[in-house]
Amino acid sequence: MKLSRNEIAERLAADFPDGAIVNLGIGLPTLAADYLPEDREIILHTENGMLGMGRAAAEDEIDEDLINAGKIPVTEPAGASYFHHADSFAMMRGGHIDYCVLGGYQVSVTGDLANWHTGAADAIPAVGGAMDLAIGAKHVYVMMNLFTKNGDCKIVEQCTYPLTGIGTVERVYTDMALFEIVDGQLRVLEIFADMDLAALQEAMGVQLLDGLVAA
Amino acid sequence: MVNKQIGSAAEAVADIPDGATVMMGGFGRAGQPVELIDALLEHGAKDLVVVNNNAGNGTTGLAALIGAGQVRKMICSFPRQKDSQIFDERYLAGDIELEVVPQGNLAERIRAAGAGVGAFFTPTGYGTMLAEGKETRHIDGRDYVLEYPIKADFALIKALKSDRWGNLVYRKTARNFGPIMAAAATTAIAQVDDVVPLGELDPEAVITPGIYVDRVLELPRNAPAADNIAATATAGSGSTAATAGSAATAGKAL
Repeated sequence: MKLSRNEIAERLAADFPDGAIVNLGIGLPTLAADYLPEDREIILHTENGMLGMGRAAAEDEIDEDLINAGKIPVTEPAGASYFHHADSFAMMRGGHIDYCVLGGYQVSVTGDLANWHTGAADAIPAVGGAMDLAIGAKHVYVMMNLFTKNGDCKIVEQCTYPLTGIGTVERVYTDMALFEIVDGQLRVLEIFADMDLAALQEAMGVQLLDGLVAA
Repeated sequence: MVNKQIGSAAEAVADIPDGATVMMGGFGRAGQPVELIDALLEHGAKDLVVVNNNAGNGTTGLAALIGAGQVRKMICSFPRQKDSQIFDERYLAGDIELEVVPQGNLAERIRAAGAGVGAFFTPTGYGTMLAEGKETRHIDGRDYVLEYPIKADFALIKALKSDRWGNLVYRKTARNFGPIMAAAATTAIAQVDDVVPLGELDPEAVITPGIYVDRVLELPRNAPAADNIAATATAGSGSTAATAGSAATAGKAL
């Protein structure tokens, strides 16, 4: 059984400790905001200039001056603060953000990330804050499906798409398994799909270390 | 007497020449100086280099300026979006130059310009396509890329309130690029919902001191959405004066 997008988000959100400052990238990672454990205070940072960001705004709460990085209207809970763009990225670059979650086109077994540009001649590149987050957050997590629609594994020996950051990814949350990259080595922590380690390694075509905790 | 208030958007942008570098605040709709951009479109200055986080959305504002062929080059972090069709067409046709900059480098390069910093080393982008050809340095165990400031001739920004000295306060995430762009431009033009008498802004709440601002244009937020007012009222002022508009209700919370 594979995890749905929401289930990956839920599994990911469970790993943020109380007090964590977290930046969720636009797109898939934003889903994790819906699953933050209620018994912990997790402070969301949004690159457009807010800490302590709230949930998505309901219809009657929409304020055009209060949006997240994906330009979705959000709310302003107690404890929130605002700041300009240079401060917002200083928070990343300066190592003040505990966790960031990014989407990915490819992640290499040594933690390189490619997620901003396909490199195709007619593609219009758009990087946004991805490179800043990739080098700045203390822990860089990636959330993505393990295989493309064409069946290519997105965890690879070496990225073929243009890089976002080098050796920066620490964990990869996918629909089929959870991976950890430590000292340039890829380790499986949990398998969600109905297969064992050998079958997963065979399907992926990369060397996997066994980090599975006995069920 | 210092009075930076100017009467109309047309007057505010009238001296922007062809070939100028123009920064435009805003992230999505929040903080976008729509009326000033519209005035620049009307004014007709061309061969512009525009600095903005994006490259226009939909068919209005910056997108319209690009569509009118007035922009020679875009410096931005995230041009490609669902509704960036006007830029996409121009770019793919080879009609417009693009410099893609990681968002934090964009912000810091703008900040550096305003702060008089000659260049800076940043870890962002090291080893990627966007650092190709740039000077690098290994400092204390880490690799950095040398990045230069981005200065502008003009900045068009939006804030909530101003006084006649050009002190600015912003509102929520609409602050985004406003403060750093105001400092990085030779001439900074701010459109605000409300120009209040000198002394009315709480000095502790001023985000952009007037030293960075050259012109302020009062443009009351027209026909604010009812939900907007509801949201700001809930946020603290408790005002029920819906007809006063979102600017007034939000202002009381400052």
